[in-house]
Amino acid sequence: MNTAFWYASRATGIVALLLLTAVLVLGILVNRQGRLPGLPRFAVTDLHRNLSLLSVALIVIHVLTAVLDTYVHIPLISAVIPFASGYERLWLGLGAVSLDIMLAMIVTSLLRGRLNRILWRAIHLLAYASWPVAFAHSIGSSKDLQQGWMLGLAVGCAMIIAAAVVWRLAHTARQVPRAGRVAAVFSQHTVTR
Amino acid sequence: MAETLRVNPITCAGHGVCAELLPELVTLDEWGYPIVDPGPVPPALDRGARRAVTGCPALALKLMRN
Amino acid sequence: MTTALNMPVPHESAPGGAARQAAGLPRLLPAAPEDLGAHLARYGPTPYRGQPDALVADVEASGLTGRGGAAFPVHRKLAAVARAGARQGRKVVVANGAESEPASRKDECLLRVAPNLVLDGLQLVAETVGATEAHLYLHREPGPEILRALAERAARGLDRLAVTITQAPPRFLAGQETAVVNRLGGGPALPAFQPPRISERGLGGAPTLMQNAETLAHLALIARYGPRWFRAAGTATEPGSMLTTIYRPHARPQVAEAEIGTPLCTLLGDGDGDDDGDGDGAGGPGAHAWLVGGYHGTWLPLPDAAGITLDNASLRRFGAAAGAGVLAALPSDRCGLAEVARVAGYLAAESAGQCGPCLNGLPRIAAGLAELAGRGHRRQIRTDLERWSGLVEGRGACHHPDGTVRFVRSALTVFEPEIQRHARGQCSATDRAPFLPLPQGMPTSEEDWT
Repeated sequence: MNTAFWYASRATGIVALLLLTAVLVLGILVNRQGRLPGLPRFAVTDLHRNLSLLSVALIVIHVLTAVLDTYVHIPLISAVIPFASGYERLWLGLGAVSLDIMLAMIVTSLLRGRLNRILWRAIHLLAYASWPVAFAHSIGSSKDLQQGWMLGLAVGCAMIIAAAVVWRLAHTARQVPRAGRVAAVFSQHTVTR
Repeated sequence: MAETLRVNPITCAGHGVCAELLPELVTLDEWGYPIVDPGPVPPALDRGARRAVTGCPALALKLMRN
Repeated sequence: MTTALNMPVPHESAPGGAARQAAGLPRLLPAAPEDLGAHLARYGPTPYRGQPDALVADVEASGLTGRGGAAFPVHRKLAAVARAGARQGRKVVVANGAESEPASRKDECLLRVAPNLVLDGLQLVAETVGATEAHLYLHREPGPEILRALAERAARGLDRLAVTITQAPPRFLAGQETAVVNRLGGGPALPAFQPPRISERGLGGAPTLMQNAETLAHLALIARYGPRWFRAAGTATEPGSMLTTIYRPHARPQVAEAEIGTPLCTLLGDGDGDDDGDGDGAGGPGAHAWLVGGYHGTWLPLPDAAGITLDNASLRRFGAAAGAGVLAALPSDRCGLAEVARVAGYLAAESAGQCGPCLNGLPRIAAGLAELAGRGHRRQIRTDLERWSGLVEGRGACHHPDGTVRFVRSALTVFEPEIQRHARGQCSATDRAPFLPLPQGMPTSEEDWT
């Protein structure tokens, strides 16, 4: 039984990492008003939302199976209280940090019609912290990911995230500040003042 | 209790999700910004209106009581 | 009009004494600038009522409406702010002297020649609403007269609340209510999206009363002479007097105080060329259109509108409103389309750029008008202009697109004959010099808004 839990925990962890990579890329796509070919705009937002919920569901299984596996003792509370586990204190702690951020993001997003917009956005921006921390947790706590094709998979995810973040930052750098927007529209329509 | 949809034109960035989710009440102008029906939301569209409000990436759409 | 009539008589020393029936103008503008000594000799000290709320009934009975352009009943704003918030909480009053309309000079004039009336009004509304903070928002560097007035008042202990002066950036929107609140709060003078109303949540979240400088001056006189005195001028539904800034052919711009209901031809001339008013039918090019209400106002055709009077009930028949009192008679030798295109370019450049429709629509409208003002235009441009106007109206956070559309649509109606001429490559103007005043340059950076 223990072995089944152990495999389940490792498997759900890896799939969660892949899904979280997709979620962050989709989130950046939403922000940039990007489209998925052939799909309406709300498909991007809905996919981002649904995959994030799926990821958290998988992570819950990932955590529970790790706790239920009695080969090592991992207290349930250490899933949300960072560094409360005796086993692999640092790496599991990072997992807890990442999960805490994700839970805050999910809760605020479920309430997003009622929340202050600035507050929602501030919490949501923590996604950029949550993913690297989850990544570090994945590499550090799993021997699987430290070698072979799984390492390749993990590095691939990291490269995709890096490319997406660079794309996002490039847009910010190129974006015309508010005070210059009118001048930009003017120059497109040749009005001289 | 009647509610109306209102868009905050400053936070609106022209994502256009609202017009896809609620075409009965929202259309897009030629620059991609929403033209929102100013009347009360019919009860049949209430759920759709709420979905459009939560679906707006910029949180620019609101349901106001009047 | 303003000439020759009775000045308000000197104030009696007994407060609450018999109201002076000082009807007649001028009420606000003395013949020469008055310092505090002259002000006190004429009006006496600031007539504090001794309790909050006390002035509201008099202001309501007087029928005073805002002179900043929106003509909102003053007593309602006073009552709203007086009621709002906690008894002991913060409350803010603001005298808005930004006068961001480039063609308006009335507040600048008032603050130069009768600053103490404005400052009296500010202290009186502060007492009425229970304010804890008072601000004066000005278009440019405070002039020596206002600074001296504040210093003298402080020396005599006339002001119960210290007044903080803030300078507005030279932007058309800088005097907009929520833009003022943002600027006073340390940010740029950019309009915000309402709700909430500033009377509920304004500067720093506190209930805020904002009144135009001229409105406060009228209020300072109502507090002394009472509502019946105020109603002795003007019309029954629109009582009182108002300051106007007048542009006429072959004359320097002039600030004049006029009774509401005055025929516009008294102020602007009757458009037939007899601009010096001596009845000989000569003396100037005459005017072929009037602009009422400034750059968010309405063009009126002549001679159709020649009988109109300076009150909103009359102006409404032509879709116009008095606004902040800018009145211009466009000389017949100038090109109306060129003027309109220039102003539209200015209005587009002054967009805050925060709202998609305004940001996209106004520059296109300005470009379209520039095309109409040229020689020949594409037929498409007329439908484009109408479509863009319809798209921007009512879809901004503030009323900048709405006001611009009002200005443009009325121009397209009034100058239709000129549009036809330009389409054939002709123009009726003989003088290419610009008539309506516009500042140079356009805002490009964040500093231009602070």
